[in-house]
Amino acid sequence: MNATTENNPIRKVIFASSVGTLIEWYDFYIFGSLAPIIAAQFFPKGNPTAALLSTLATFAAGFIVRPFGALVFGRLGDKVGRKYTFLLTLVLMGGSTFAIGLVPGYETIGFAAPLIVLLLRLIQGLALGGEYGGAATYVAEHSPANKRGFYTSWIQTTATLGLLLSLGVILITRKSLAAEEADSIRAFESWGWRIPFWVSIILVGMSIYIRLKMHESPLFSKLKAEGKTSVNPIKESLMKRSNLKMVLLALFGATMGQGVVWYTGQFYAQTFLENVCKVDFEQTRTILIWAIVFATPLFIFFGNWSDKVGRKWIIMGGLLLAVVSYRPIYHQMLQLTNTEGVVMDDSKTKIERVIAPVEGKDYSLQSTTAYHFYQNGITEKKLSTDTLYKNGVEKLQTQVKAARVVPDNIYWSLVALVFAQIVFVTMVYGPIAAFLVEIFPTKIRYTSMSLPYHLGNGVFGGMTPFIAVLLGTIYTSDVLVGLWYPIAVAAASLLIGVIYLSNRIDPNVQD
Amino acid sequence: MNTLKKYLGLLWILVAIATYSILLKTTFAQIQAKPTTDTIIQWSIFAIIFLPIAIGLVIFGWLAWKGAYEQLPVSSDEVED
Repeated sequence: MNATTENNPIRKVIFASSVGTLIEWYDFYIFGSLAPIIAAQFFPKGNPTAALLSTLATFAAGFIVRPFGALVFGRLGDKVGRKYTFLLTLVLMGGSTFAIGLVPGYETIGFAAPLIVLLLRLIQGLALGGEYGGAATYVAEHSPANKRGFYTSWIQTTATLGLLLSLGVILITRKSLAAEEADSIRAFESWGWRIPFWVSIILVGMSIYIRLKMHESPLFSKLKAEGKTSVNPIKESLMKRSNLKMVLLALFGATMGQGVVWYTGQFYAQTFLENVCKVDFEQTRTILIWAIVFATPLFIFFGNWSDKVGRKWIIMGGLLLAVVSYRPIYHQMLQLTNTEGVVMDDSKTKIERVIAPVEGKDYSLQSTTAYHFYQNGITEKKLSTDTLYKNGVEKLQTQVKAARVVPDNIYWSLVALVFAQIVFVTMVYGPIAAFLVEIFPTKIRYTSMSLPYHLGNGVFGGMTPFIAVLLGTIYTSDVLVGLWYPIAVAAASLLIGVIYLSNRIDPNVQD
Repeated sequence: MNTLKKYLGLLWILVAIATYSILLKTTFAQIQAKPTTDTIIQWSIFAIIFLPIAIGLVIFGWLAWKGAYEQLPVSSDEVED
């Protein structure tokens, strides 16, 4: 059945749903992408690892509340309707994102700053928890049975494209604040990081305008007209054994593994390149951008393919590939960026030193940048900052930051390695909206499908970078130890999925 | 296949209990080794959020053991009963 109406052709439905969801993902990910800068702005300075972990904890908080958002807004969506619920989530998300860009730093208002940011981050998590299920359900309930995977796969591209948009806006802002790049970066780290948050309000405004013109889902309207909407969707979803078993199966057999594959490929890869491989900030982001650009069409490909061969084996194939290839891929990333044992060309070594007085203080900051050139083409930039008293001798503290700029051949090899990980993401994520929509009935669909999705992605997936970093601090002898978490979760999900899931495509989602 | 589904149910129950026990043990060990606010908050978050997940896995295992996954529903009527 093609449930679209004359005024709501499927292209309009997909566009209105996808744009809003993309913006919500953008809002959510700019926070994660700016984690180190936000740490410096909002958390007490001291140990940088503690600051980073505090931010990741805030990041994790954004993820942990997502399942609660799924329940709250899912309930609303199953009672009031899909359209108005995901309009509300959009307003909440846009408002809280814009507000994060306005919060004064820790140095200005003290502990109120991280508390306000944490609160706004929680609202973001709640809103996101309500958004995705609504958009996927809305599109699926407008789709004919033989194209459900294809049409919902457009929604599936939005999370990756939202990440891409956030990376793009950050990179452009970081380069455009002053004529000199170094000045621009300084301005970005001081106040310019707020701009990507402010941009959100414009995007959200546009999306609300588009969504207001849409109609309610025809299947939900029919249920409502017949008085068959659920009285208590949460109770029906979780208290009925027959439905709870499907919620648990969807979580453990699919979304749990899909979540860790998503966050390993698109977040941990970035963290690993920047913090372990020490690849330059800008190169790390552009590597991810290229990999995303090349891989994104595959969401549509796998969504479409799932309409022909079923959802299960494509998702399981992605999980299997992730389990067997993560360690070789990350090992190769390490090898490519390694400078240990590589001959350094001493004659090219360049050292630049700048001493800048600090206004109103009796000391100056001395920045020393040393450029080392290696035979494999890598340029290592080591920036050390010393605090000098007026006599120019006494050092209070030295902070060292190292970044490696890789040559073209290594750069594109890294793009290929990240691309491979995003291909796994497209396999597990492309067909999953159709899969989730098909296993739950219309009247409790919003609640039922949102919960396993956000538990899998929010709790299992969202915690991936956090747990991986923490494992690295416990087991310091193996830099790849963080990968055991996504590998173990994906392997468990693979086993459960292969044994318990059905590959059947539901011909009727109107029931 | 149904026998495998059923007996694996017991495995999921054991996996849930074992994994959560290891998590709790690590949480206490990490907090004892470094009793700072950061450590306490991070590990407590893990212990709290993975508790309902572990309970969920136990329920999943129990349902599998009772044969609930031998036949998956093909119509929503079967889910709503």
